[in-house]
Amino acid sequence: MILMKKVFCRPKSLKKTPFHYCPGCGHSLLHRIIGEVIDEMNLQERIIGIPPAGCAVLAYFYFDIDMGEASHGRGAALATGMKRALPDRVIFTYQGDGDIAAIGTAETIHAASRGENISTIFVNNGVYGMTGGQMAPTTILGQSTTTSPGGRKERRDGLPINLSEMLAVAKGSAYIERTAVNSPANILKTKRAIAKAFRVQIEGYGFSLVEVLSPCPTNWKMEPVDACKWINDVMAVHFPLGVLKDVTGDRKDAH
Amino acid sequence: MRGNHVVAESAVRAGCRFYFGYPITPQNEVPEYMSERLSKVEGGVFIQAESEVASIHMVIGASMAGGRVMTSSSGPGFSLKQEGISFLSALELPAVIVNMSRGGPGLGNIAPAQSDYFQATRGGGHGDYRDIVLAPNSCQELADLTYRAFDLADKYRTPVIILGDGMLGQMMEPVELPPEVQLKKLPHKDWTLTGAKGRPSRFLRSLLLDPFEEEEHNWKLMRKYERITKEEVRLEISFADDAKLMVVAFGIAARIAKGAIKRMRDEGLKVGLIRPISLWPFPYKAIHELTKKIRHFFVFEMNMGQMLEDVKLALEGNGEVHFYGRPGGIILTPLEISRVISSYYYQKKIG
Amino acid sequence: MFRFRGTDEINWRKLLASGMIEIDPELCKDCKLCISVCPHRLIASSDRMNQKGYYPAFFVERGLKKEGRKCTGCSLCAIACPEIAIEVYRA
Repeated sequence: MILMKKVFCRPKSLKKTPFHYCPGCGHSLLHRIIGEVIDEMNLQERIIGIPPAGCAVLAYFYFDIDMGEASHGRGAALATGMKRALPDRVIFTYQGDGDIAAIGTAETIHAASRGENISTIFVNNGVYGMTGGQMAPTTILGQSTTTSPGGRKERRDGLPINLSEMLAVAKGSAYIERTAVNSPANILKTKRAIAKAFRVQIEGYGFSLVEVLSPCPTNWKMEPVDACKWINDVMAVHFPLGVLKDVTGDRKDAH
Repeated sequence: MRGNHVVAESAVRAGCRFYFGYPITPQNEVPEYMSERLSKVEGGVFIQAESEVASIHMVIGASMAGGRVMTSSSGPGFSLKQEGISFLSALELPAVIVNMSRGGPGLGNIAPAQSDYFQATRGGGHGDYRDIVLAPNSCQELADLTYRAFDLADKYRTPVIILGDGMLGQMMEPVELPPEVQLKKLPHKDWTLTGAKGRPSRFLRSLLLDPFEEEEHNWKLMRKYERITKEEVRLEISFADDAKLMVVAFGIAARIAKGAIKRMRDEGLKVGLIRPISLWPFPYKAIHELTKKIRHFFVFEMNMGQMLEDVKLALEGNGEVHFYGRPGGIILTPLEISRVISSYYYQKKIG
Repeated sequence: MFRFRGTDEINWRKLLASGMIEIDPELCKDCKLCISVCPHRLIASSDRMNQKGYYPAFFVERGLKKEGRKCTGCSLCAIACPEIAIEVYRA
């Protein structure tokens, strides 16, 4: 018969464990994307990841790399201590929107301002997923969650936070980009962005962060395909995709 | 040398290369000294973090990476660190945490106090754990105990708390500093996170969703604590041979009490001193032993009665305990406390 | 050019249609993202439940010989699949 070449398979740096995440969850996609980047950049032996408190708290069951647990929101502080102790390794945190933009905001902003050479992957799904879909700092006005019944209201619940824009202002941040994983095209862009964030770290430019708009079909109460569409139609309006800061000056990655 | 400086210098000599702290009186000299000292030593890292919360988590990160790490604070800052200390204990990470206690609760004041005893010895954070707590009472002990703390932390993979106070931190005394440790000669740690090169990947976590796993982990910690209790009790007993009343005090209160006891001995009162140096593990056995000969115990602390409870536990109902405490940062002189103890001595017709 | 357009189309199709995918039904959670991105609509939901209780996606050209297949091995389905349930082959 005809000889066929396998052109797509599971990354080596992911264990074979099936994901426990919901159908259509952005975490599953991001884990695979990060695994592919680690494979392609040959980082498996020198990368250490810090999972969040959240659905991805069990990330160490999926990534075949060294990983160290952080308490809720403190990933940036842990990463700082770790990177200062092991400057030649690649240290990344993987944090949700509650983790990084609520309880962990101080640590994140200060790590960015100090220009710590760490990379953060900020999974923005607009809710607190693991605890059942409560309102998060990135929940948009009108979005219904279990602690904003009837939709987020400005007077009662305040306005959402655009953390990436804030971090772009921080003097020590070197590369901030917002992407999404709601379509193959965006998935590939996210992969390029994460690879660039690791490169920025390795080359010592400073703090890098990739914010990834990610579907949470269960808590948004939508089918995965509709959740992906909602990211395009609604979420990306409030959280525009694109590069927010890039001090490296290389043009070839500009989309 | 000033107490706070002694802590810092002794730590660096013990091999500490990572210090993450935050300003809070009365321990500001520790981060200040460390910022200077660590910049001059190879591989030294100093960060003034944005909060005590951030600094304890930087400690966790650097400890996961295998370094000898320290942080320091005082009352309110120590409260902020409790989640981190619970995590350090659960993850079995070595670290040295210094508390130069001050008056509390709340913002309190900056005068020395001993009201963080419970917080230090009972775990302080959430969950079932205990950390080694050492209570120095002089600059020399600050040097020796801080130095020893790093070895204990590495040996048992547990946080060690140095419970000092504002007075110890500020006082100036001559000190003999310990020798510099050679980092290369330290035992290798085979559990650290350094990148999975030449070995399978590993992870450090304290989330154990299966109750059976969590239970087993708790028992594992308990077995470790039993080993520590057997081997790491430290205390000092003075003037006990013919004593009819034993004063029990720790830290700076013990220093004051010793002066008072010398005074009382000169006047013929038969008073002795028990000074626990390890507050956890507490010297229950040693104190209980004394109840065979001695009936009267006088607990003196600069708080409202914290070590008192451990003394009562140690006595197991034998003998009588009297408590005298001054919270809020009041420092008695030896003369003043000797008057209090003497009047109790005579009132109770001891000896 | 105009004369050969018919033949050109068929040749291109034959050249590109050298792909094939395999979907692991036990990993699939029926999110239907692969179905929504396949440009030739070559994936559908099965009516047989898998061990986890999902009705997994399946490759409609499964079992077809190369000559009958339209799949180009573009991998959009595999890229979109959160569960890494799809492997893609190209001749």
